[in-house]
Amino acid sequence: MEDIIFELQFFLEVLISGLLTGSLYSLVALGFVLIFKASGVFNFAQGAMMLFAALSLVGFQELLGVHWTVAFVMAIAVMVLLAWCVEKFVLGKLVNQEPIILFMATIGITFFLDGFGQTLWGSDIKVMDVGLPTGSFDMGGIFIDKLELVAGFTAGALVLALALFFNKTKIGRALRAVADDHQAALSVGISLRTIWIIVWSVAGLVGLVAGIMWGSKLGVQFSLTLLALKALPVLILGGFTSIPGAIVGGLIIGSGEKLAEIYIGPFVGGAIENWFAYMLAMVFLLFRPQGLFGEKIIERV
Amino acid sequence: MVENTVKPGEILLSVEDISLSFGAVRAISEVSFDIKKGEVRAIIGPNGAGKTSMLNCINGFYHPQQGTITYKGITRSAMKPYEAAAQGIARTFQNVALFKGMSTLDNIMTGRNLKMKSGILASTLWWGKAQKEEMEHRRFVEDIIDFLEIEAIRKTPVGRLPYGLQKRVELGRALAAEPELLLLDEPMAGMNLEEKQDMCRFILDVNDEFGTTICLIEHDMGVVMDISDRVMVLDYGGKIGDGVPDEVRNDQNVIDAYLGGGH
Repeated sequence: MEDIIFELQFFLEVLISGLLTGSLYSLVALGFVLIFKASGVFNFAQGAMMLFAALSLVGFQELLGVHWTVAFVMAIAVMVLLAWCVEKFVLGKLVNQEPIILFMATIGITFFLDGFGQTLWGSDIKVMDVGLPTGSFDMGGIFIDKLELVAGFTAGALVLALALFFNKTKIGRALRAVADDHQAALSVGISLRTIWIIVWSVAGLVGLVAGIMWGSKLGVQFSLTLLALKALPVLILGGFTSIPGAIVGGLIIGSGEKLAEIYIGPFVGGAIENWFAYMLAMVFLLFRPQGLFGEKIIERV
Repeated sequence: MVENTVKPGEILLSVEDISLSFGAVRAISEVSFDIKKGEVRAIIGPNGAGKTSMLNCINGFYHPQQGTITYKGITRSAMKPYEAAAQGIARTFQNVALFKGMSTLDNIMTGRNLKMKSGILASTLWWGKAQKEEMEHRRFVEDIIDFLEIEAIRKTPVGRLPYGLQKRVELGRALAAEPELLLLDEPMAGMNLEEKQDMCRFILDVNDEFGTTICLIEHDMGVVMDISDRVMVLDYGGKIGDGVPDEVRNDQNVIDAYLGGGH
């Protein structure tokens, strides 16, 4: 009997840890979804934006010796400026181009941000210190990581705020309009420029929040951009156009890979946590290419 | 922006000698015409005559390589579509360009976009004020919904509506902007007889009740002749006729173009 209780506790611990890690994947995926929805571009640079935002925050903290809240506001300003530059010098010039060309442009932005960020702030691993709790606590025999819990709540709050923004404000309606039909949006007097700047700014803000969480967990370093790759299976699962999809996808991937590592891992020699997500995504692609919540694309012929 | 007011009967928009080509293809060649305040102006012609290209030039989607467009006394060079919208030009599209995932109500609300004053920060931070503004616009939109008799589909996502109703919602969105000039691209295409009659009635009512100037494209001659004050005929990108319906109907060039004679 005691054995069963212990097993159950262990299972729950793995599951909860997986779900909370998953919410961190969701944060990264969220940035992709926002930009994909509004401009139809798969923004390869989302990972680089996350790193750049986190680097800026830590950089301002170190350089100016200001409180992290001040540095946070300054980092937001940097991301808004970046959004403006992206629209002005890249996207604005590529209106009506093929998606693949826009995609290539975002790869360009990725490498620029990686290089420029390290030129500005240096390439050594930095410590993200915004006073997030560390360690874990015991809840009825289940150990929960405090940082992961905070990340989970933050992701939830962010999603709620974005949902309100998208559904209840005039700008939100304009954003949805642009996502649906560029031409019609223009004809009712919506400026694509403004909308793109707003979307990229919001994606930058989401990147900053994700950067803070991941930075606190792993340190602010170049490998954070690679985390963006983990967002890919999340997006394939959840659908590229759905905010709830990004959340659910993240939770499934996060918990799935942890559980797989523990319960399937031993039979295949372990270390499946690293590729499980991609395999899951591939299987998913075969059966439901539009993702759980994505819009089914039906081509009229 | 200088606000010029144009009295009924005066010229609201004039197009001088414009030409538009895409590479080697000439969509419009040297066409001039004008639209008077308060009239229903039609542009007709066979498929590929350059009718839609003409509308696209007027609201800024295309920029003609040659010629000028004067609207409310201001001659303009390349203008962006949202600037045209800001100056009171609204339009509908040939292939219905609605926001398919949004409800009828939300679609028509987007038409109020330019009338809403609260900026980005204001609508995010001063929730109360923005909400109050939203309510006022909502009332206006409800009036349009009543006017177009689409109360029953207020909350339905427009992607699910039949084609005829979608066209009506699109007209509603254009009306929500309280346009001075309303451009309608084939408002009756693909409709059955009853739907066509409804649409005609709405167009005439908009023109009568709100004094909105209307420029519409059709290739169904019959309908156009009944509701238009003046008709321009395009064929192969050039103007081949212009005048009141009776004149145009009896014009030999027009008859040839429509009956396929002379080609």
